[in-house]
Formats: sequence, structure tokens, C-alpha cells
Amino acid sequence: MLPQVVMIQIPYYPGCTLKNKASNFETSALAAARALGLELVELPRWNCCGAVFSLSSDDLMRHIAPTNIFLRVQEMNRDHLVEDEYRLVTFCAMCFNVLRRTNQRLRESLEDRNKINDFSYLETETYQGRVEIVHLLELLRSMGWDKIQERVQKPLTGLKVAPYYGCMLLRPKDVGIDDPERPTILEELLRSLGAEPVDFPLKLRCCGSYQTVPNKDLVADLAYDILSRAQKAGAEAITTSCPLCAFNLDFRQKEIQQKYPMFLPIPVFYFSQLMAIAFGLPQEVFGLAGHYANPKTLLATKGYLQATSPLEGG
Amino acid sequence: MNELEKDMLPQAVMITIYVLSRQYHVPAGSTILTALEYAGFKLKKGVGCREGFCGACASLYRLQGDYKLHGGLGCATVVQPEMQIVQLPYTPAPKAIYHLEELEPVPEVFTQLYPELYRCLSCNTCTKICPQDLQVMDYIQAAVRGDLEQAADLSFDCIQCGLCSARCPAEITQFNVALLARRLVGKYLAKKGKYVEDRIKEVEASKFTAGYQELQDLSPEDLKKRYFERELNNLIY
Amino acid sequence: MVRKIKLQAKNREFTRKISELSGEVAMLCEQCGTCAGSCPMLAEMDITPSQMMRLVQLGQEAVLENKTFWVCASCYTCTVRCPRGIDPAKIAEALRQVKLRQAIDYIRIDEIEPEEAKKLPAIALVAAFRKMTG
Repeated sequence: MLPQVVMIQIPYYPGCTLKNKASNFETSALAAARALGLELVELPRWNCCGAVFSLSSDDLMRHIAPTNIFLRVQEMNRDHLVEDEYRLVTFCAMCFNVLRRTNQRLRESLEDRNKINDFSYLETETYQGRVEIVHLLELLRSMGWDKIQERVQKPLTGLKVAPYYGCMLLRPKDVGIDDPERPTILEELLRSLGAEPVDFPLKLRCCGSYQTVPNKDLVADLAYDILSRAQKAGAEAITTSCPLCAFNLDFRQKEIQQKYPMFLPIPVFYFSQLMAIAFGLPQEVFGLAGHYANPKTLLATKGYLQATSPLEGG
Repeated sequence: MNELEKDMLPQAVMITIYVLSRQYHVPAGSTILTALEYAGFKLKKGVGCREGFCGACASLYRLQGDYKLHGGLGCATVVQPEMQIVQLPYTPAPKAIYHLEELEPVPEVFTQLYPELYRCLSCNTCTKICPQDLQVMDYIQAAVRGDLEQAADLSFDCIQCGLCSARCPAEITQFNVALLARRLVGKYLAKKGKYVEDRIKEVEASKFTAGYQELQDLSPEDLKKRYFERELNNLIY
Repeated sequence: MVRKIKLQAKNREFTRKISELSGEVAMLCEQCGTCAGSCPMLAEMDITPSQMMRLVQLGQEAVLENKTFWVCASCYTCTVRCPRGIDPAKIAEALRQVKLRQAIDYIRIDEIEPEEAKKLPAIALVAAFRKMTG
């Protein structure tokens, strides 16, 4: 018997990539959140956050996109789509970083806020810094890992997963959701799901990020380092919260295989896929079809997929 | 200018406007196009249907005491005192070459054919200038996340005047991206209407040939008369 | 390599410009090399991040012709590790901005292979275009 859950409604920002290339990550994340009583309500209208935070002091133009998104949260409250809920949840580590950092800047600078509000004169609201950006992992931590554990129906016992943090969840320090040098949040999630976290030296090392556009060979090399070090440490799979890391680590395995013929593919999971599996949710929400390195064989060997039903995920 | 208009002119209240920074006195209540003609401009380009449909007469203007740059259609925007006007009938725009039959209605069409789309800053400048009051930034953002149907839906009333593209700091060609979205939705995703297929059959069976011939044989005067007498309310779109 | 440099007003001007754009005081850098030692992209760079900092301190505009700040992936490892509390990632962004604001792009969008463009997620394109095109 599962514990009764009271549903909480919180505004949710998907970001572009979770809506197309990585829609399988969104499906699993929304389903896993729902299983924990979190009804994530997508903003009715939204734009791309910009993916990278503009670092120069005078470039306000590039902070308009995130500000638009904050205004949508205000509108959701105004229109009673949520009740007095100014937290905005994201799963994508890059969106999270841009949104939280922009919010910080706007909270600190009345001048910047005024300039952007003035520029966006077609908007019906102005932004005063009320929105709070929250990563789903932070929400899980605040619920308590024991609560996550209680929800697990099929513990991922014996599954050796290397948590890969990358950059945007942790850095800079005042933006990150955990200690920038010694994070534990993904390990704790994995442990509550019954899996075995595998520590490896490159878990905080950048995968090359957007350099994947002009220089895929470079990113293949970086990804090869990360993946092979994880494998050496005993990992059977990798998990991450960033769709760009997931793309670089998973889809660049094609280039890795060309360069390093001895390399054996290793599945890369979005953290929410592992949650969905451990929670015993229907196989359709696992979203296993959108991968390069096939995760199904590993999952089937471990007995997490039912052999009778088709293996294709959502 | 018809007789009625000519009769009215002497009594009309005159206002001052500026075209290409030169001062002109034109009748209040004129549209930008009629004001330009009154001022002596011969419009050969930058004018089309005069009904707000063709998008040929895009104009930029500023009003007195207002820093904002406005966009409007010359045929549908009424001049105001001290208005500064320039026509911008065309914006140079890259247009991807594709065969609709060879494309699929998938998000990747945008990354392939219009990769510069991903330079969008979401600054909303396009929406501010749009003379059709479209949510231009929203349809571009729908395209960015691969939502073809929303991109097509939000851009449905686009008349390709080009002002969005002229103003865009990311140098995107919004209207061509939207055209691609609408074409793909029209061809692959939208529900097929049986009446369209029926009408195409009727056209192919020459049902309307005689009617067209009749119109073509009319004198310009008779044709005008027929045009203005048509029963708008009975038209089926 | 030892190079003799005579500092002139225009050098100070360049240092000031980069400091203003980045909001960081490049002069605080004491050349410990932590940023270089932490940088995951080092192998791909022509000068180390720490050398980049030094050239900015000395107002050497020639740093703009280096590749280092374009190869930077904005991973903020140097940001969290700099013992002087400087953010070299912001200095790199300022150098990119100097170029981009002169309409000098680092990548050409029309040179991306259509097959590759088909594979790349929106997040990669948006991020790369923001960092490498102006």
C-alpha cells in the first residue's frame, strides 16, 4: 500500500530541449514528480531562457528572456492557475542556472530591473524579484530522502550508476544546489532508489558543453575521458540532470566509437528515468527510445523491464 | 482619387507630416498611402491591395513626443499631426530552398533550414513592431522548441511585411520561418477538409470557367461596380 | 619566454575596458595558475587561462587574437577555485564580447553541416550562438 499523497501544484518551466530532442526526460520527470505528489504545471506561455547566462556587466538584452519567464509565473498566480506559489521548478541544469542567476542579478539591482521592465512595455506586469527558482533535485531533498525511499517499489538493487554532475548544477557556488567540490545530492537520490552510486574522479568535469557545435571531436574526447573513467570505477550507467551533458555523453558515443574502437557503449540516464523505474511506474513513461547507447539491455538484464511487454519506452 | 474625395479636399483639415524628413501638409484622416499621394509621391512600389492583406506597404513612423518606433501598413494607418514616416516595403531576407514533399513535419526542419533561429533573444522587439499585432516572439519561440502547430497557429495572420526581420537584433527572418511552419502544418498535420477537395474537383471539372470568362470580358468600370456590389456577407471562406 | 613590454596609455585603457565589461578586477590576479590547472579545455587552448589573465593585466590587445577565450566552455571551474576571488570566465566573456561587438563572429552558422544541425539539440545551438556569434 502506497502512502497517500497530497498534490501540490507548482509552476514548471520545461525549456526547449525537454520539449523535443529530450522529451523522454520530461515524460519521466513529470511522472516521477506526480508520484511524489508534485503536480508541475507548465507555464502557459514561455520562451527559451537563453541556455547560457550572459556574463558581461552591461548586457541586459540577454537577461530579458529569463525575466519574461518570471513574469509568466506572476501571471499564473494572477490567473489562479496556481495559488500563491512563486517557486518555479526546472529539471534542465542549464535552464536552472540561467534562471537562478538572472533572478539573483535582478534581485540585487533595482536599476537593471527597472531598465528591463521599462524595455518590456508590452507586458502587463513588472518584475520585482518575487520568483524563486528551484531545481527538482532540491525539491526532492527538501521532501526528505526517506520520503523518496518510501515511494520506491522496485529498488534498483545492484545497479551501479555513476552520478555525473557537470557544471550548471553546482557552479558558481552561490548558484549551485550543493557543495561545488563535494556534492552528494545525486548520490543520495541514487541510494534512496536502491542503486549503488559509483564515485569517479571526473564527475564534476565539464563535458565541453556548447563546444559540441563547432568542435564535436573535442567533445568526443572529453566525453570519452568521463565515460571511460566512470567505467573503470565500475559504473554500468551514468546519470545526469543536464540535457546537453546527456547529449554530449550519450550521442557523442558514436564519434567515440569511431575514434576509440575498444570503447564499449554505456547508457546515460536522466535522473528522473531512474526514479520512474524505481517507483514502478508504467514502462511508457521511462522514455527509453530517445537514447543513443541502448539502455534496455542493461535494464532487462537487471530485471527492471518486463520481458513480456514491448521494450520501447515513450 | 474619386470625385467624392476631390470634393471633400478643400474643406478637409490639414495637418503637417514629415516624409523622409521633408514637411508636407496633408488632409487629416488620410492613410499614410493617400497622404503620400496627396503630397505628390507616385507610388509604384510599396503599395498593393490597399486593403491590409498584401503586406506591400509596410511603413515605419514616430509620433510627436514618443520615443517609440512604430510599424504600420501604409494603407491602414491614419496619419497624425507631426508624424515622421518612411516606407519600408521590403526587407532583404534569406529564404531556405526546400521541397515540401521531401520535408517531414519534425522539429529538426528548423535546425536544418533556419539554424540562425536559435539566436533569438526573446527580447520581443518583433512583437512590438508587428502591424498585425501578432505575438511574433511567441511563434518564433514555438519554432525554437519545435512546436510546428503553435508556430503556424500564432503566425496565421502574418502578411510577410518584413518589419519584424528589419528590427530583429538576432537578425532572424521571422516571417519565412513562420511560412515554413504553416506550410508543413498545412501539408502534413492539419485536418484535411473535404470541402477543399470537392472544390478542387469542381475547378478541375471547369465549373467556374464560364464565370471567370464573364468577369474577364467586363470593362474596368463594370468590373469595379461588380466588385463593390458583391455581397460580402454571403461569401463563404 | 621573456618579452620586454613597455606599457603605454592604450594598454591601461584596454585593461580598464575589460574590467568594465567583465565587472572583474583583473589586476587582483597573482598568477598562481589555479585556473589553468583546473581548466578542462586546457589541451585545446593556445595560451592558458592564467596567461590570458596576465595579458589582460598588461593591457595587451593582442590577446584578442588568441583562441583560449573562444574554447572556454563557461564551466566555471576557475570561478569557484580562484583563490583571489576573480572570475576568469567573466574575463573570457568580456574578450569574446569585444570581438562580437565588432561583428566578428567565431563560428559561421551556415558552415554547420545540415546533417549535424539535424542532430544537435536546441540547447546546444542556442548556447553556442550566444557565445560565438554577435
